[in-house]
Amino acid sequence: MNSSAERFLGRAVAGDGRADDVILRMAGITKTFPGVKALQDVNLDVKRGQIHAICGENGAGKSTLMKVLSGVYPHGSYEGDITFEGETCEFGGIRDSEARGIVIIHQELALSPHLSIAENIFLGNERVRRGLIDWHRTNAEAAELLARVGLKENPTARVSDLGVGKQQLVEIAKALSKKVRLLILDEPTAALNDDDSEHLLDLLRGLQAEGVTCVIISHKLNEIESVSDAVTILRDGQTIETLDFHTQQVTQDRIITGMVGRDLEHRYPEHTPTIGEEVLRIEDWTVFSPTQRGRKVVDGANLTLRRGEITGLAGLMGAGRTELAMSVFGRSYGVDISGRLVKDGKEIRVRSVDDAIAHGIGYATEDRKRYGLNLIEDIKRNISAAALPKLAKAGLVDPREEYKVADGYRAEMNIKAPAVTAVAGKLSGGNQQKVVLSKWMFADPDVLILDEPTRGIDVGAKFEIYTIVNRLADAGKAVLVISSELPELLGICDRVYAMSAGRITGVLERAEATPERLMTLMTTESLMDTEVTAEEILTTPEPTPQSEPEALADALVEHDGAHGRPDSDNDPQQNPDQKKDQ
Amino acid sequence: MSSIAPPSTTELAAPTGSGPARRFDFNLRASGIYLAFAAIVVIFDIMTHGLLLTPENVSNLIVQNSYILVLAIGMILVIIAGHIDLSAGSVVAVTGAIAAVLMVNHHMSWPLALLITLIAGAAIGAFQGYWVAYFGLPAFIVTLAGMLVFRALTMTVLGNQGIGPFPNQVRTLSTGFLGSVLGNVGLGSLGGADLFTLVIGVLAVLAAVAGQWRARAAKLRYGQQVESVGLFAGKMALMAVVVLGVVVQLARYKNLPWVLVLLTVLVLGYSLVASRTVFGRHIYAIGGNAQAAVLSGVKVKKVTFWIFVNMGVLAAIAGVIFAGRLNQAGPTAGTNFELDAIAAAFIGGAAVTGGVGKVVGAITGGLIMGVINNGMSLLGEPSERVMLVKGLILLAAVAFDVWAKRRAGTAR
Repeated sequence: MNSSAERFLGRAVAGDGRADDVILRMAGITKTFPGVKALQDVNLDVKRGQIHAICGENGAGKSTLMKVLSGVYPHGSYEGDITFEGETCEFGGIRDSEARGIVIIHQELALSPHLSIAENIFLGNERVRRGLIDWHRTNAEAAELLARVGLKENPTARVSDLGVGKQQLVEIAKALSKKVRLLILDEPTAALNDDDSEHLLDLLRGLQAEGVTCVIISHKLNEIESVSDAVTILRDGQTIETLDFHTQQVTQDRIITGMVGRDLEHRYPEHTPTIGEEVLRIEDWTVFSPTQRGRKVVDGANLTLRRGEITGLAGLMGAGRTELAMSVFGRSYGVDISGRLVKDGKEIRVRSVDDAIAHGIGYATEDRKRYGLNLIEDIKRNISAAALPKLAKAGLVDPREEYKVADGYRAEMNIKAPAVTAVAGKLSGGNQQKVVLSKWMFADPDVLILDEPTRGIDVGAKFEIYTIVNRLADAGKAVLVISSELPELLGICDRVYAMSAGRITGVLERAEATPERLMTLMTTESLMDTEVTAEEILTTPEPTPQSEPEALADALVEHDGAHGRPDSDNDPQQNPDQKKDQ
Repeated sequence: MSSIAPPSTTELAAPTGSGPARRFDFNLRASGIYLAFAAIVVIFDIMTHGLLLTPENVSNLIVQNSYILVLAIGMILVIIAGHIDLSAGSVVAVTGAIAAVLMVNHHMSWPLALLITLIAGAAIGAFQGYWVAYFGLPAFIVTLAGMLVFRALTMTVLGNQGIGPFPNQVRTLSTGFLGSVLGNVGLGSLGGADLFTLVIGVLAVLAAVAGQWRARAAKLRYGQQVESVGLFAGKMALMAVVVLGVVVQLARYKNLPWVLVLLTVLVLGYSLVASRTVFGRHIYAIGGNAQAAVLSGVKVKKVTFWIFVNMGVLAAIAGVIFAGRLNQAGPTAGTNFELDAIAAAFIGGAAVTGGVGKVVGAITGGLIMGVINNGMSLLGEPSERVMLVKGLILLAAVAFDVWAKRRAGTAR
């Protein structure tokens, strides 16, 4: 419930023009994870009663910053000062920040699906009378909150029966129940369709009028443009600039430039490709979501992969990149998959992962801890996992040969471990990634899809991974690299496809690819908007005049639903990975 | 391929537990179960004033526990894959009943009846495996249902009464001994013993030592770490003493029990399956990380299915052994056997989350419980106290395992 005092305050803000005073100041925030500096001297000033947007590439540090603010990373685990309402804050946890009226709504909604709307709203904050839940009060107050957020549902309805858009509104109602003064929304509209997004933005404007300050993290530049008063751009864990929509002309291009403008230096090994004939052609590939019937996650994608070539696949979260890759890799994702796979000029049928491996297709996952490694098993058994029959004589695996093979990769890939009998779960991220790559090198596919191969690993190990990727290409393999980091794609790929909302929106040769062009293709929702000429688009799905935000939304939901999140959000080791997920 | 020249060495050093202290922890964890077994045997032998290790009692120990050990072999594979089988006891009963009906009521020749019984066990396993692997139900639910269903079928098949007696050949399999081939030999103060049994025992020890030595030499050749020669010799000597001790006692009593021969074959065979075959390795991969296994091309459903089929067959073997031992198939046969088998697997070092466990570990876990059972009944302890001790041992064993893992800081 919003108290009358807050309502009054809200009017006062709107009325007497105190909107210039700063409600939140984060100064000199530095947050380090083992091996990675996630935030470096970040400054953020949010003015009272404003909607303040934060944007930046995946991995720029947006979510990390918000986790610092909301106490997910407690005081002491970062450097710098947070001042809220003029008082210095030292939050030990989320409860502390919520007590001050700072509420964060995470990208992955934190609702309990089997409980009712009312139960969810007051979870941990129950309406109690004499030690028992007061159901009348719970449901009545929930109904009031639902009315405020404009959700016409019975408070006793189960949350799992609601769509994502409505669940988002329940989250906001829950935040309002905590007497929110500063509401932080992490990618609130990423999972919503157009109507729901519009409704949500209207709601935010309404809350603003009531005096609630909002911080909104978003990839959708058009939404930022329409709703926010100011935008702060983060890049590589640093504040680049804060633009004020009231005092200066801010365009989407201006924001993009801020987001991507960094030097490429010598982060990438030199490589001259020897590109051969086509190895794999993906034609008219369409994939539907396994959990939400009838929703396209990948829509008529066409890709061509060639021998010796490193091809990139760019796209923001939810664009459908992983879904495309996994559905090609033995239908390990999605339902009602249609389209053709042509390998070495012949159409192939790939019904399962072992079919895919047998046809020479390999896929190294973006989430190696969850999908790539058996963490309780040793290095050698992980390396042999995808091609065990290769090591078997008369049905028996030869353990000595296995050791020899694994030890060979340890030396060749520079896996830092005392022996290949070391347990995979104890290795650092970079070394784990090398184990995953070794596994696929041993399986020896013709086409290797690398999904976020450098996620969560430091610069030195990244260079090694790039060198390995180059060598794979030199060995005649077709490599497809999926990455959220544009400089990485531009630095190592010979050709880059861009994907948005389940569609391939363009392909750029290395020479013509720039971060701005790619970002434009990645954020476009229909081909009509692109500046890329027809010659540059080698493989083009039907141009559609209508934008398809729904597909993007669904893809994202799927992405979260099907692959989950790294399950150790609070594990600091994991957090370098985590921050890439913004 | 060429080697890589990294531009920097900023990669964080991996904490891989190579320090001596950690290795000791790991070894303690791996071999703790065997030490515990040895300690329990010694304690009970002292408390029973040597009754535990008399020739007759050693023979009894093996015969009494054989069916649980057979079940434990199947159970450990199920548990490594991350599942559970609560129906094993009921399957023991129903397969024993099928064997009895075929052999006693229908006078079917025993090899054919045995074959049909094993096929029935496989069919039962396939039924449960279908629901778990292909339909995707939790094994806990499927086998809990199976526990009731197959107990009910047992009663139906038997008409709620015991059926017996079994043909002599079947009884021999469960309670009989190998015949004397080479005659007896004097062992001084120990009296006479069967020479054939002794020869087999000595050959087995020699084969085991040779095999271990070859494995060690091969590891050395590939530059792997091995234990020191002294430690190796000590381990081998300990193994030889234990095996020969058991064999000598058996030779002094009657001879090698047939079930011991069967058990030995099963243990060796399944150890090989678990550690060396592609199928076995896939079981560990599924239990360790099922999703990663899928994305490595492991046919998770198929492997899971066959694990349950295998469990059914082993339960049928146990069913025949148990019925043969009692010389009757009864409606309550095999009650709680599944719990003993599950306890054996967990005492033997299996992880509740799957992915970890050894056939030999499960056998040792089963023997630990067998020795406690046997030793306490020799001491005249009432059965409720035996149950109490077994329960606490299970709790302590798993708690130790979890504690040791946590201390070693395993990433999981």
